[in-house]
Amino acid sequence: MLDKNGIARRIAKEIKDGYYVNLGIGIPTLVANYIPDGINVVLQSENGLLGMGPFPFEGEEDADLINAGKQTITTLPGSSVFDSALSFGMIRSQKIDLTILGAMEVSEYGDIANWKIPGKMVKGMGGAMDLVASAKNIIVAMQHVNKAGESKLLKACTLPLTGVRCIKKIVTELAVLDVLPEGGFKLLERAPGVSVDYIKTSTSGRLIADDQTPEMDLG
Amino acid sequence: MINKVVSGAGEAIRDIEDGSTLMLGGFGLCGIPENCIHALVQKNVKNLTCISNNAGVDDFGIGLMLQQRQVKKMISSYVGENAEFERQLLSGELEVELIPQGTLATRCMAAGYGMPAIFTPAGVGTEVAQGKEVRNFNGKDYLMEYAFDADFAIVKAWKGDTAGNLIYRSTSRNFNPVMAMAGKTTIAEVEILVEAGELDPDQIHTPGVFVHRIFQGTDYEKRIEQRTVRTKN
Repeated sequence: MLDKNGIARRIAKEIKDGYYVNLGIGIPTLVANYIPDGINVVLQSENGLLGMGPFPFEGEEDADLINAGKQTITTLPGSSVFDSALSFGMIRSQKIDLTILGAMEVSEYGDIANWKIPGKMVKGMGGAMDLVASAKNIIVAMQHVNKAGESKLLKACTLPLTGVRCIKKIVTELAVLDVLPEGGFKLLERAPGVSVDYIKTSTSGRLIADDQTPEMDLG
Repeated sequence: MINKVVSGAGEAIRDIEDGSTLMLGGFGLCGIPENCIHALVQKNVKNLTCISNNAGVDDFGIGLMLQQRQVKKMISSYVGENAEFERQLLSGELEVELIPQGTLATRCMAAGYGMPAIFTPAGVGTEVAQGKEVRNFNGKDYLMEYAFDADFAIVKAWKGDTAGNLIYRSTSRNFNPVMAMAGKTTIAEVEILVEAGELDPDQIHTPGVFVHRIFQGTDYEKRIEQRTVRTKN
């Protein structure tokens, strides 16, 4: 079973040289720590920055330079800043190669819910609805089961949707899965030490699983 | 050059009255018009509709206006990090319209560009789409979203000149340029105000035509919401 850093490490392997990547808040942010050496990627932050660098050194924080999670960050050689409308222009026109974001639920048709729990949490969708509606390549980083042991990979989402039929790949603490266009989660890889049977019992939506599914290589 | 300079925040917001619709620039607490917010709190105008990506935190930014119950309705994309906001929302005291961030920015842009509406795929098939016209272009569904109609846009820039030209700094740019273009009356507060002619025309982000009033703000706190750092080696 993977921890949050393990999920981030596995997702980092999906990033290819030359990609422009948008990282959501939470586990996706950790992916930046595992981008392999020698791969050139540009991180986009939807508040208006391309070329997000690491956190600043203590004492060098700049209140005017933050990421979409409102964390202080730095720029890199070649970075650019722009306004919010332009930022979502590059998202809508699919200039961003890969979007990595978190989810509370994903359905077997690729619907995603990650912005609202009625009566409980009303934080808002931020840029998530724009990202999932337009991105050509989305990877969801999420917990396969919640703290109560209930699956979050469902036949149909129970929470208010963020986007419809937009998710194609999911990485959880248990597995890497594709969402098939005709419906269903296809098991591609198992987390170290996790059995296919365990993944089956942890997935409430339709799971297509080969008993010979390989264990993931975290590189 | 037409001189847009006013004495300060109090004069800049002089005609903002109860029931006005305001756009407020900023992302989180980054690039928010601190001086004008303080002046609005002091004036205690009520029943405001505020279009702003976020709602500040409990004791800073728009959060200060929420404390005094000055806001009737918030139109935002993300409103976490504010307990008072959440309380007013759950108790029904505050009306809130949550919309996708790109939709928010582009509805500002549409207003500034003189276009009545835009089409965006964001929110198709979700509760955001309720009651909205859906149009299919090239096999994909889009929602029709209207340009905002705001009485005032209040923005913060880094530098400005007496003619109202603005330059923003780093990611404090965010919603400020699109809102500056969108207000019927646009108020800009800047950290550094210079004479017309001192800014390089090639470097100007918001041309002065969009700005009606400008002043040099004072005592910027520029609070950081999430201070994240690394240590050397």
